[in-house]
Amino acid sequence: MSTKEKLGWYLGALLIVLYAVLPVAYIVSMSFKSESDLANKKFFPTQWTTENYSGIFAGSGSDLFLPALRNSVITCLIATLIAVVLAMFAAYAIARLNFPGKRVVLTSALAVAVFPVITMVTPLFNLWRRVGLYDTIPGLIIPYLALTLPISIWTMSAFFRGIPWDMEQAAQVDGATSWQAFRKVIVPLAAPGVFTTAIIAFFIAWNDFVFGISLTSTSRAQPVPAALSSFTGSSYFVQPTGAISAAAVIVTIPVVLLALVFQRRIVAGLTNGAVKG
Amino acid sequence: MSATTTPRAAGARPAAGKPGKARSSDKARAEAKLGWYLAGPAFVILVAVTGYPILQALYESLFSYRLTAPGDREFIGLRNYGVILTDSLWWEAMVNTVLITVVTVAIELVLGFALAMVMHKVLGWLRPIVRTAILVPYAVITVVSAYAWQYAFALTTGFMNSVVPGVGEDFDWFANKWTALLVICLSEIWKTTPFISLLLLAGLAQVPSDTIEAAKVDGATAWERLWRVTLPNMKASIMVALLFRALDAFRIFDNVYIMTQGAAGTQTVSALAYNQTISRLEIGLGSAVSVLLFVCVLVICFLAIKVFKVDLARARGEG
Repeated sequence: MSTKEKLGWYLGALLIVLYAVLPVAYIVSMSFKSESDLANKKFFPTQWTTENYSGIFAGSGSDLFLPALRNSVITCLIATLIAVVLAMFAAYAIARLNFPGKRVVLTSALAVAVFPVITMVTPLFNLWRRVGLYDTIPGLIIPYLALTLPISIWTMSAFFRGIPWDMEQAAQVDGATSWQAFRKVIVPLAAPGVFTTAIIAFFIAWNDFVFGISLTSTSRAQPVPAALSSFTGSSYFVQPTGAISAAAVIVTIPVVLLALVFQRRIVAGLTNGAVKG
Repeated sequence: MSATTTPRAAGARPAAGKPGKARSSDKARAEAKLGWYLAGPAFVILVAVTGYPILQALYESLFSYRLTAPGDREFIGLRNYGVILTDSLWWEAMVNTVLITVVTVAIELVLGFALAMVMHKVLGWLRPIVRTAILVPYAVITVVSAYAWQYAFALTTGFMNSVVPGVGEDFDWFANKWTALLVICLSEIWKTTPFISLLLLAGLAQVPSDTIEAAKVDGATAWERLWRVTLPNMKASIMVALLFRALDAFRIFDNVYIMTQGAAGTQTVSALAYNQTISRLEIGLGSAVSVLLFVCVLVICFLAIKVFKVDLARARGEG
């Protein structure tokens, strides 16, 4: 590559970085604006303030934000855990065993992944009200499985397919018991795939909005994305822009950090099944 | 000679093979059983959490049923579908949804490919930074991204009016259907292009570099190499990225709900279903919209698989 060409690609890289972070930078900037600054139509605050953050953690917004944060964490963690454990068994069977219906499992996972989420909402809304699951955390976890299970099954079976399962037998030949062979050989090989799957499943659950606003109504079960849309300002006439921005930053930080720390794995997990022919 | 060896071989095989075959079918049966024990729970949940709702929606769509007047529930056959399909609201939502899908997916494909190309070419210290940065939009939740874009363009808070040339200080992006749809598309593109570009980057890595070199030696220009070598080799990953994004874009809801709530004629099919069910408690009509949305998704899948020959099983690494 010539120097000029190289320079071009580097400029492109710089543009990508700007593209990726600018909207996030803007919402961060909004979250530090004081109430009078919010309408200044500038990118940066003229005066930096943390009042929006104290508002959602201790002030008027905390009644709504803190329970929502708790609900989101609990719901997403449990949904991820269930999905990953079930998908782990399924992926093991798909990668390792020969059984009729293997394709059916994979195809149905595919079908569920493209299922329009809103289609589930009408019947669930009605049923959940009748059986008392409306506005409860289990009432959210169950539909979240429709989001997290399919992607978990794919990602993990793509990972598991790459594991050299013969090594387990080789270890047994070398004198290890079958449990030892499994634990010492297969578990360390499978762990990164399971972990990556868990992160991706968690992202998907954390991103949910449709179920959040449809199947919950109060701070009993409402997750953060849904709570954000029901924020109100300090008075009826004040737009809750600052509070929403601060809350948005808080829900964004943990997932962005996770994405950055585990970027290699996430990229591998997302693309693994998609291109390996 | 061959006359003597053939019967012997044929006779020897079943004798030796029979117990082996019986053993292997025993093993096969045990394996099948274990396979279903392990994969069964996930399968059952998958089918239950989506199968039940779609059947229930199908059933409820045949009733005139409002939650505000549950006693008036009445079987009306396909009349809900008639009401929806003759309503201009439905067609407006449909046109918007198709428009958003086509526009965002087309732009994302080109932009995503450009990003993948840059990530493919940039080496050294900058590469991990770019790959990390690209994951930021992926990790940000759609609702937050919708707020960021909304605030940037909003009349009261936005800085965009002073940045975009030819736009007055008091221009309200969300009051006009087309500019509102534009901002909705922008936020959708920003959020999901990284996903497409990562898929395409993985596809790029699979293009054999010696073929590209050979084309170079033969005197092919960069443009020719792109069209004749790189893109044909990436066809599978492009098709998969396209289908998945199209299905995803077709379900668009979060950004629309946050930015306009469907006002100014920006309703989409998902938003319509939500409004009928959750806001207006029209279970019958809402179910019918949901079923129609499901049918649309099926049609897109069917077209992709039959017309464009997207091989999903292959694409997902199975087979």
